[in-house]
Amino acid sequence: MMDDRAASSSSRPAANRPPVYDRLTVAQVHEALHKMILIRRFEESAEDEYMRGMSYGTMHLSIGEEASAVGMCAPLSDTDLITSTHRGHGHCIAKGGDVNRMFAEFLGKETGYCHGRGGSMHIADPSKGNLGANGVVGGGIPIAVGAALAVKRRRTGAVVVCFFGDGANNEGVFHESLNMASLWKLPVIFACENNLYGMSTSVKRSTAVKDVAQRAAAYAMPGVIVDGNRFADVAEASFEAVERARGGDGPTLIECKTYRIRGHSRSDRNLYRTKEEIESWRKRDPIELFEAELEALGLASREQIEAIRAQVEVEIRKGVAFAEASPVPSAEDLLRDVYTT
Amino acid sequence: MVAPARILSFAEAIREAMAIAMDADEHVFLMGEDIGVYGGAFQVTGDLVHRYGEERVMDTPISELGGAGVAVGAALNGMRPIYEFQFSDFAMLATEQIVNQAAKLRFMLGGAVSVPVVFRMPSGSGTGAAAQHSQSLQAWFAHIPGLKVIEPTTPREAKGMLLAAIADPDPVMIFEHKLLYKTKGPVPEGYYTVPLNKAAVVRPGADLTIVASGLMTVRTLEAAATLEQSGVDAEVIDLRSLRPLDIGAICESVKKTSRLMCVYEGVKTMGIGAEISSAVAESEAFDFLEAPIIRLGGADAPIPYSPILEKASAPQVADIVEAARKLATGAV
Repeated sequence: MMDDRAASSSSRPAANRPPVYDRLTVAQVHEALHKMILIRRFEESAEDEYMRGMSYGTMHLSIGEEASAVGMCAPLSDTDLITSTHRGHGHCIAKGGDVNRMFAEFLGKETGYCHGRGGSMHIADPSKGNLGANGVVGGGIPIAVGAALAVKRRRTGAVVVCFFGDGANNEGVFHESLNMASLWKLPVIFACENNLYGMSTSVKRSTAVKDVAQRAAAYAMPGVIVDGNRFADVAEASFEAVERARGGDGPTLIECKTYRIRGHSRSDRNLYRTKEEIESWRKRDPIELFEAELEALGLASREQIEAIRAQVEVEIRKGVAFAEASPVPSAEDLLRDVYTT
Repeated sequence: MVAPARILSFAEAIREAMAIAMDADEHVFLMGEDIGVYGGAFQVTGDLVHRYGEERVMDTPISELGGAGVAVGAALNGMRPIYEFQFSDFAMLATEQIVNQAAKLRFMLGGAVSVPVVFRMPSGSGTGAAAQHSQSLQAWFAHIPGLKVIEPTTPREAKGMLLAAIADPDPVMIFEHKLLYKTKGPVPEGYYTVPLNKAAVVRPGADLTIVASGLMTVRTLEAAATLEQSGVDAEVIDLRSLRPLDIGAICESVKKTSRLMCVYEGVKTMGIGAEISSAVAESEAFDFLEAPIIRLGGADAPIPYSPILEKASAPQVADIVEAARKLATGAV
């Protein structure tokens, strides 16, 4: 299938072409773009639902961070695993999640991923290897290490991608977990989505090192910094880390430098950052960068991109309609699933 | 058909349960601090590392939160970890993973997963280890829906309840009183389980009901023998499980004896005894009560070091005898 490789369809000089396109088919590249747009439109629609009073509770939007979610998951199959964060819609969709069930969970419906028990912060899809978003900063990190221990012991050949934000890098459990993962050479990739702020507190004000990736040295693993707004950079780093993990050489810490365009959650008034800063990152929109690169490399035409966007709109409309038409849970089932037995 | 019993210590019974579980299922493995060549702080894992290797008897760094989380993550993915806290007090470092993760994941995820992890909790005072190595924190964890909290009293129960806990699909915290580790009793050979949701009447009696668990059950039985000499016939219920709590068994006994006393080593205030008292007061057994319900709990103080103070901080046999006699004779 070498002819189908994305690189061979481009007429650009190899030197200007990010190497990850040698690893992916054109169809896979288009699917990556599809997922990034689907994440964006899912979150914009979820925001609309919230504004219309259709959804409840809070939500944490990852608008502006789509490239890190999709790039990190690019090398993964359904048998590989991820752990996600409170800002996890992108990870779920990147790992193959179903937006119908995601919208339904948002609206607290019985057809949602968690049957309305979890909401935005706890969406999981074990059938696709998504072990779940997590409401506690750093809560998923040791779970990812345990998952990696399990797949190593069970010799499934799978790897685990552990998503977390810059805020989690100052939790003690981050350090405990990276130490154990390296000590036991576990097949786990730590993906730090550094969006510069833990809620309102900037990395400069919270973190003693300049780059989170520097922490890797303390645990004898590679620490890699990538442009988190460029799909190709993230995906290439992920492929290299996944190869290392599958080869038995242990974990890698990848720091994706990115930015959250929206506030931390619904209550955020953006008092801790400037409009100019937000605007400067808007100009580096990961979807626009990806589309421009694909067009420049001849990997996607404007028509193909528009067709992907149109397809996403259909999926979003169907998802919202499915969620709105779905039944609410029954209060009689309140105690269901507290225990298995 | 349970095979004949031999005499084993409580610690040996737990070790045997872990060995049987590891023989039966390659996914069962042990994690903890110094459980390998050291054999565990209380020699419970003993020689298991030599029999099963370092991959299945894993020494961890001193990282209770991370270690507990690794156990949770492994349990989510087809393994059956047994995580030993060196002292149950150190589970305080890991409450995030126990309470926010292990206990809630199944529910939060709408039943999509189970978390079959066992946390072993060496607990209790009486060893001169003072306030940070002697607590009885059962009630803390029994407060959390999603956890099962058990406390065996005899070596036979320790083995059977641990085997049931390992087979259980949900997170189980097994409290093992450190003073019980060297106690001995008959233990059947081979595989058997003791239910995780049933209290046991370990001494039938007519005059009052005393409810206890673990070491407190041992002390209560000793107290009951003394009480018998002075004509007080105590019924002793060994709770065995604190979550779920077998309130039905307690109410049945109260209907018979009309008097209830709860003995527990954990701090008296907001403790197991409060829950039992109010559950009985809310039940049809309330109408049978002829005296106030008595709680004999641990002191409202950290566990002290000096032996005279340490003894004073937890119910002793003489305390149980005195309180029971007052309750049975209407002196309350």
